[in-house]
Amino acid sequence: MNPTPPLLSVRKLRVSFRDEHGHGAEAVKGISFDIPAGKTVALVGESGSGKSVTAMAITRLLPEHGCHIAADSEILFDGRNLLTASRRELRRLRGGDIAMVFQEPMSSLNPVYSVGEQIIETLMLHTRVGRKAAHQRAVALLKEVGLPTPDRKMSSYPHQLSGGQQQRVMIAMAIACEPKLLIADEPTTALDVTIQQQILQLLAGLQKKHGMAVLFISHDLALVGQFADEVVVMHHGNIHEHAPVQQIFEAPQDAYTKALLRCRPHLAQRPARLPVIKDFLGDSCYFEPPQRQRGYQADDRVILEVQGLCVDYHSRHGWFGGHECHRAVDGVSFTLMRGRTLGIVGESGSGKSTLGLALMRLQQASAGRVLFEDEDMLALTPRQLRDYKRRIQIVFQNPYASLNPRFSVAQILTEPMLLHGIGCDAAERLQLAGDWLEHVGLPRKALAKYPHEFSGGQRQRIAIARCLTMHPEILICDESVSALDVSVQAQVLNLLQSLQDELGLSYLFISHDLAVVKHLSDQVLVMQQGRCVELADADTLYAAPQHPYTRQLLDAIPQGWPHCIKPRVA
Amino acid sequence: MPHTSTTPPAAQHHHNSLTRIGWRRLRRDRIGFAALCIVGAYLLLALAAWSGLVASHWQDEVAHPYAPPTLFAGTAPHHLELDAADIDAADRRATSAAALDSSGATGLSADEDPLAADLAAAQQQSAQYRSTGQARADSLPLGADQRGRDVLQKLLQGSATSLQVGITGALLALAIGTVLGALSGYFGGLLDDLLMWGYSVFTSVPDMLLLLAFAAVSGRGIGTVVLVMAFTSWTGTFRLMRAEFLKHKGREYVRAADAIGAGHGRRMFHHILPNVGHLLLVQFSMLTVALIKYEAILSFLGFGVGVTQVSWGAMLAEAPAELLQGYWWQMLAVTLCMSLLVTAFSLLADSLRDALDPKVK
Repeated sequence: MNPTPPLLSVRKLRVSFRDEHGHGAEAVKGISFDIPAGKTVALVGESGSGKSVTAMAITRLLPEHGCHIAADSEILFDGRNLLTASRRELRRLRGGDIAMVFQEPMSSLNPVYSVGEQIIETLMLHTRVGRKAAHQRAVALLKEVGLPTPDRKMSSYPHQLSGGQQQRVMIAMAIACEPKLLIADEPTTALDVTIQQQILQLLAGLQKKHGMAVLFISHDLALVGQFADEVVVMHHGNIHEHAPVQQIFEAPQDAYTKALLRCRPHLAQRPARLPVIKDFLGDSCYFEPPQRQRGYQADDRVILEVQGLCVDYHSRHGWFGGHECHRAVDGVSFTLMRGRTLGIVGESGSGKSTLGLALMRLQQASAGRVLFEDEDMLALTPRQLRDYKRRIQIVFQNPYASLNPRFSVAQILTEPMLLHGIGCDAAERLQLAGDWLEHVGLPRKALAKYPHEFSGGQRQRIAIARCLTMHPEILICDESVSALDVSVQAQVLNLLQSLQDELGLSYLFISHDLAVVKHLSDQVLVMQQGRCVELADADTLYAAPQHPYTRQLLDAIPQGWPHCIKPRVA
Repeated sequence: MPHTSTTPPAAQHHHNSLTRIGWRRLRRDRIGFAALCIVGAYLLLALAAWSGLVASHWQDEVAHPYAPPTLFAGTAPHHLELDAADIDAADRRATSAAALDSSGATGLSADEDPLAADLAAAQQQSAQYRSTGQARADSLPLGADQRGRDVLQKLLQGSATSLQVGITGALLALAIGTVLGALSGYFGGLLDDLLMWGYSVFTSVPDMLLLLAFAAVSGRGIGTVVLVMAFTSWTGTFRLMRAEFLKHKGREYVRAADAIGAGHGRRMFHHILPNVGHLLLVQFSMLTVALIKYEAILSFLGFGVGVTQVSWGAMLAEAPAELLQGYWWQMLAVTLCMSLLVTAFSLLADSLRDALDPKVK
């Protein structure tokens, strides 16, 4: 098909892992695809789809122990089979012809060496240049990836740089030896939306300039649409669809691809219920649900009113040193109506999570009032607060961290009831816990299990059920769906929506993802560096953003393939 | 990490707490499990000895002094025991020598000697005090000590004492370290500063000096040894627990516990403690090993258990004099016995850490 042979071709790649019982499980089930020289191929899939395993197999970074690559698998790079290459050959290739950029820039950089030192090391390992020449080249590289004052940045340490700058340094290291193939494994997932956009533009520019091939791995189809030439959609270790990007977005053939495209909330639409993967994989045809209208209504009753809330963080320098004060939340005011959702948007460090914690009094506020039905929560004594605590609850971001790993689900769900005297005895509480579990869509028999036996989405359901056991009136969702795959995210968002419809809960929905916030919110508050920069009804704010920062945030949302903004009914 | 796809396939078994999974991992770890069996056997023996089922007669002098181990009966150095005939012969030699001594200035006649009457009476009565017990053995499985006591029985009884001291000492040290560390790490602030000052002062004094000072003031006995060792060895646990509580108190599951209305005590001991329990278990096994060795050192130096009790340290304390004369068995038995336990305990600690740490897989 191609006149020139592809730069990299993966043939019948089969990778299996052996768990501690010796049971094998196939992570990649015999996939084949090519990466043509100078093109960008995106590998898209959810967690567990085998996309990262594929990337690690290409770079031969899979652990030798407990991992098995089938004998007839082939990964040809420039005609050489990487799977049979010697260690020497691999060392020369990795970092030389094949370079990598990982998800977490902070943990990929060595914290005890300056960034200059680390780039120089890469250069001197792979090219025969002197230290002085390497230094000059490193400065040029830092300049190329757009770091301000590259001369001075050479001697800074990773912790002195921001996340985006760290990722720029990683990219500088990756392109240092003019690689033919750059593997970028979720390079922007840990970054804010605006930074993500900058990094993507940088990668695209560098790819054109150097004529590299890029293997771009991501869970986000919308992100990939802006950037890739070809898209490979993976699911459970199989390739579901491999096509040019235009075809993926305009005429997807595979049901799973269609589902992935649709289950992500969209800025232009607000269906009453988000489509989930199951809607597309089943036999029945998917029908578009009606659109939902959002916004505060005139007859809404106020449940929570926040006036001029400030939160300070104090850091101490040494035993006798002075205090340093950092204002994380600065004079934020808003009202939340009963049965409505207020979305709070901002990038990391904007103070949005601190705001949520301060409302729960998990973080001490330094000024302001939080009126919960005309009672100032911040002025309550700890004893009085106990009752209010029950009525305002929080669902945290990371479902892997927010459930005590040593507790069974039954313990997790009955503890709040025990503490608040709900249910008269253990048997009744257990019964109630089971009811709530079924309410959030988990089977009653899950009570005996432990958190580690559940997936991320299921754990988040348990965390929601734990809040519900106390019959709260306000639920603060602090990035509650950010750590989940798009398909699972849609399910949890649907759950939150149906709970609100059914129980009349009021939500404070904190997120960095503007599309998700738009989907769920009646009113949106935009935060920047602790201050509220814009507060308006969701539709008004998205249609006509007033503050430049809001516009900047909206512009940075990955739009996917340009023609895909209004997807047609499947 | 939310978006990695390298998660291993989910475990097939269900309803497993982390503790049970840890136990299963330990079962699969052959060395760890062997170590666990050895430690278990020691504990059983110690329990039996402590309750008097075995080795309750360790103080009986059942063999000739320094009777050799059965296997080495032929080759071991022989202890020259003086019996009545030897003493009579020596006596006679001495009298004849005195008689031969012409100067006559050294001896006293029977009339002049003020003790003569008592001596004669004692000699007459001595016949009825002659030992009438069973014959003393010529050799024992592990030999005998200076007074003819069975080394095997002493060893069993000593194991019981040493383990008792090691385990209770470790538990006490762990309790002190955990409570202080939890308070310090969880509450922070002034309390943390105060406890850390105390800790720093405490650790700036050499351990051995502290140990000996405490021991010298408080007299001998198992209780003292346990207290002394607990008071000197809580520091490591304190440091560890302080760091762990500091780390865990900011975790989301603890915040979640706060959100559902759990108080400080509940958060500290109901929520956080089980999550650092695996560290405590490892710390416990390491402390036990260290304290068993400390006990040996203390007893060796004469600050240890009382004279009516036996421990490995007390047995080792007899070794220097014995070795000079070539009686090696008591020391060898204690050394082997102790090394086996200490090694098993250390291996067990290693395996426990691997098996119980939720992160290491």
